[in-house]
Amino acid sequence: MEKEIGVTIVISLLMGMLARIYMMRVDTRQYPTHPQGIVSHLTLGLIASFLGAVALPALWEKEFSAVTFLALAAQQFRDVRNLERQSLDNIELTELVPRGTAYIEDIAKAFEARNYMVILTALFSSIAAYVARGFDSSIFVQGVVAVIVGYIVIIIMKLALRRTLIHEIADVIPAKIEFEGPLLTVNGVVIMNIGLENSRRIFLDKGIAIEIIPKNEDASATLGNTGQRQAIQHNASVQLGIRKDVDEPDFTPVARRNPDNGNVVMALIPMYEDVNLLVDVINNTPVLESAKRKTLISNRKGDEI
Amino acid sequence: MDVGVKDMILAIVASDKESIESSSVPIFYVQDKEEGERLALLVSKVTMGMVHYLGSGIYVIVKH
Repeated sequence: MEKEIGVTIVISLLMGMLARIYMMRVDTRQYPTHPQGIVSHLTLGLIASFLGAVALPALWEKEFSAVTFLALAAQQFRDVRNLERQSLDNIELTELVPRGTAYIEDIAKAFEARNYMVILTALFSSIAAYVARGFDSSIFVQGVVAVIVGYIVIIIMKLALRRTLIHEIADVIPAKIEFEGPLLTVNGVVIMNIGLENSRRIFLDKGIAIEIIPKNEDASATLGNTGQRQAIQHNASVQLGIRKDVDEPDFTPVARRNPDNGNVVMALIPMYEDVNLLVDVINNTPVLESAKRKTLISNRKGDEI
Repeated sequence: MDVGVKDMILAIVASDKESIESSSVPIFYVQDKEEGERLALLVSKVTMGMVHYLGSGIYVIVKH
């Protein structure tokens, strides 16, 4: 019995860790930072996984006080969210193009959710092992069942936590930069007033631009959210590299909305001018949870975004 | 926290004394467009502001 409990806990623990590492790999492109950020998140994942793994064995052994630790765990992982938010807020000032508060909140929420995912994976693994034991199966079978169930939970949670990307709600096409006097325009939409002749020339020579065309009313409202647009600007500038320094506000990428049709346009001066790369980056920018909108019009039509 | 003046005109560069007047924002008068452009750039680098052109040789430097 002792041995069986030990095996259950270890296997559930490993499944929980696997869930954390799996989610880490998926998102390493944007965040967290290497190597310290990764280590601290893996350690938190280990703690989460352990809590999930021991919850059921503790109950089984009639150690009911162990459940109070789960409350502690929930508190702990709320702190993970705070920690992420604070650290991202602190480095916000050092970004050439800020992430924006909406994006930060989204990232912080994702980290909290991933820890819960780890707890659930470990918990379901250990439940599966216990159920298998109920059928008088050997330790080996219990282990296999725990691994299979854990894996299924990981897949389901991965799908549940999957973020919508811009290309699912909108089409992104290359656009044309033009000037009307000092006004920078992309496909006819005025973006901003660029006063210096030299800056205008750089925009015309090196700038690339895109137009994001929402697929429906919901997407249009989502893209209208300024937090969402800030996230797009940030992702584009981080992943392409931006030709700008702190004393050159002229070259800050600004995503502006065409009030007539809800299309969003953006011009950017990257280090490497390839508009197809920019289209790719925008396509793969996540739609922020807080920016998602569901309009009455689409409800009436019965559309799903 | 970052505290500072935002979305405010910090300085004006103008070539025509008749066309502009201000009691709160410094105005730099210049001879021609070329000098205006150069001065606007210099002021914007000092203030980290952005140069906007309003036509008739008037530039405003705005902190965003």
